[in-house]
Amino acid sequence: MAAGVAAWLPFARAAAIGWMPVANLPMPVAPTEKNKRQDELIILNVSGRRFETWRNTLDRYPDTLLGSSEKEFFYNEETKEYFFDRDPDVFRSVLNFYRTGKLHYPRYECISSYDEELAFFGIISEIIGDCCYEEYKDRKRENAERLMDDQEDNKDAKLPNMTFRETMWRAFENPHTSTMALVFYYVTGFFIAVSVITNVVETVPCGTVPNQKEVPCGERYTVAFFCMDTACVMIFTVEYLMRLFAAPSRYRFMRSVMSIIDVVAILPYYIGLVMTDNEDVSGAFVTLRVFRVFRIFKFSRHSQGLRILGYTLKSCASELGFLLFSLTMAIIIFATVMFYAEKGSSSSKFTSIPASFWYTIVTMTTLGYGDMVPKTIAGKIFGSICSLSGVLVIALPVPVIVSNFSRIYHQNQRADKRRAQKVQKARLARIRISKEGTSNAFLHSKRNGLFNEALEFTSSTEEEQRLSKSTSLLESQHHHLLHCLEKTTNHEFVDEQYYQQSYLEAGLQNYPSRSPSLSSQDGVTGTCCTRRSKKHHTPLQNASAPALMQPLTHKHTHQLGLQELSTIHIQSLSTSRSSLNMRVDEPASLNCQSNQITTAIISIPTPPVATTDGDLTHHNVVKVSAL
Amino acid sequence: MGLDGMEVIAIAVVIGLFVVVLKQFGVWEPLSLEDSCEGDLELSMVRHQPEGLDQLQAQTQFTRKELQSLYRGFKNECPSGLVDEETFKSIYSQFFPQGDATTYAHFLFNAFDMDRSGSIRFEDFVIGLSVLLRGSVTEKLRWAFNLYDINKDGYVTKEEMMAIMTSIYDMMGRYTLPSVRDDSPYEHVERFFQKMDRNRDGVVTIDEFIETCQKDENIMASMQLFENVI
Repeated sequence: MAAGVAAWLPFARAAAIGWMPVANLPMPVAPTEKNKRQDELIILNVSGRRFETWRNTLDRYPDTLLGSSEKEFFYNEETKEYFFDRDPDVFRSVLNFYRTGKLHYPRYECISSYDEELAFFGIISEIIGDCCYEEYKDRKRENAERLMDDQEDNKDAKLPNMTFRETMWRAFENPHTSTMALVFYYVTGFFIAVSVITNVVETVPCGTVPNQKEVPCGERYTVAFFCMDTACVMIFTVEYLMRLFAAPSRYRFMRSVMSIIDVVAILPYYIGLVMTDNEDVSGAFVTLRVFRVFRIFKFSRHSQGLRILGYTLKSCASELGFLLFSLTMAIIIFATVMFYAEKGSSSSKFTSIPASFWYTIVTMTTLGYGDMVPKTIAGKIFGSICSLSGVLVIALPVPVIVSNFSRIYHQNQRADKRRAQKVQKARLARIRISKEGTSNAFLHSKRNGLFNEALEFTSSTEEEQRLSKSTSLLESQHHHLLHCLEKTTNHEFVDEQYYQQSYLEAGLQNYPSRSPSLSSQDGVTGTCCTRRSKKHHTPLQNASAPALMQPLTHKHTHQLGLQELSTIHIQSLSTSRSSLNMRVDEPASLNCQSNQITTAIISIPTPPVATTDGDLTHHNVVKVSAL
Repeated sequence: MGLDGMEVIAIAVVIGLFVVVLKQFGVWEPLSLEDSCEGDLELSMVRHQPEGLDQLQAQTQFTRKELQSLYRGFKNECPSGLVDEETFKSIYSQFFPQGDATTYAHFLFNAFDMDRSGSIRFEDFVIGLSVLLRGSVTEKLRWAFNLYDINKDGYVTKEEMMAIMTSIYDMMGRYTLPSVRDDSPYEHVERFFQKMDRNRDGVVTIDEFIETCQKDENIMASMQLFENVI
């Protein structure tokens, strides 16, 4: 329940008087405040700076340090104030959280000190308001990466008992680990450079053969180039196979970008070997040689900057996409306009709209080759508008890409957006769980609430204090309110899983076989308890109508001490249902004297469902026959 | 289209751009109609200060300290001093996370907003609370009757009661045991009318209501339930 509305709880409870004339059942007893304190000012002394607030303000969040009795540990008797030896600046945010219900993260504050203060005062960081949450998460991420980077620097120490394969893989990934790795690193780098230069030089015309025009070097020194190529490809092949061998997950390695580049780089050579000097395919083979240029991408293993550039482009995909889209739109518009503007002029180069595309692109990117120029006045006017707008359209997404690159470059992050999405989902899930906690807390504390009612009969103060500690006064008042609503409508709150479970079973099982026996039980109940137990049995009927053919197994004793009740975990649904019937038998036997009340709590657990919060497994429907 | 047509269009475009640039520099303001800068002034200025503490003390049964504490809570949630219906609904819904409390909150809002101004001031709030918490049983019953009587005509008809009952059952939500059937509110209303409507004329008047409730010990006991809320 949010903080501010805690102030409205008295109002909601008072408004519940509207239900009273409508209800047919008697209402439960209201929780009383044992020592009702007038609202008073509390002084919180944080390292010398005094903060004052109302006690009610702090009570709004009973599961934090200041809201619970945990703060009594810090109470100073002489000065009659609570002393905390913590940072007063951060405490301002903490206290404002109680006052306004919103937790803010001050930007000048260091993230780790803020986190420590939050942990000390028992406040979860997911509650940070949306206004400050982005900033908080960004700083936290930077911090985590900084820690990770520090850790990685320490990872160079060789771990003992690494297999040869693992050693090799580490050598490949991080060439600074051993001398061999460094040598390998430089050798491959050298050969990549050699291969690229060879490809380039191959096409340079070098010298003339007499009686013929200039030939490129590749055709002149065929053998030499072929040997060079063979050597490089052999080195690359060996390297690829070694990486494949050493990779921890071969399948994942084969799918990674770098390995695909490796394969594409060396494939043309092998295809060329296999292929004969067939006229038809050699044309296609020549085109395949283009792929040899991919060898240059192998340098990205050697250069951190290249990797970052590639990653930036990948992460700016949306901006690039937008740029492309807007450019396409503009090109089409201007090409159409230019075509129609130039249609009239003679010997116009703008023969069709696609032909005008070239003019538009060249003009918008401010290249201006001059091979196509408009000649009419209208064409010139539109052409100038085109070039002006081209500058604008291209200039817009570029700063975004640039800032992205600089951010990534400086922080050297990997896949931060993917991680951020997961964390965002986790945050929302946590907040949702803690909010659902209120409705589940009601079901959970029904058990405890009824404990308290029974305890008032037995009037045992120690047990009372032990059991009433778990819910604060605010919560118990809220639960009383919900309980009154249940009584007004004569229906009970259950949680979702139980509801679906019970109605699934009700559809499957045989309905009427059990109800006669139950109704016969009703008449047997003791007179003084008739009214109350009957009211409880009517909902019970529907629940246990799914017939139980299993024999009753007595898993728990009849005389249940109140302390034991909280530890009952009934194992299977069938046994619990059978225990229901067993409890129905009980009213006949026990007497209804008020000083000897044994509350039989029957809890029907939900079927084991994997839940994130451990407490959720205790959410049961509780039916009590106070006997 | 031909040459002339395109040229005309080109010149028109140029003139248009020129005008835009001039407007941008503020050199030329074409006839602009009354701008609606007053439109933004409405809600931010609305504020309400309550009557003095003494008058409120005279009008209600609360002590000074209680009024102070109530006002602090009220002002914290609604700094402008007024609660409008949407805020009211959202606050009330937070107490009933499993169901939908908006319809009932609407009826409650109308019950508190006595002068039908569309918003609850602190005076309405505190006067209503005074009746509920410190009033006599008759006053409380009168308040409850006022809540059920949606159109405030002095009679509670079956339709009005049906609406109220449906809204109460809505607050329970879907996951209840036993499940809320579609005719559960209807049955409940029937039972209510059977009990309350003495002369069987299909409506419940305030006198019938008070008389019947005073005879029912359950209801009388539950009216005293929230004495110690503040």
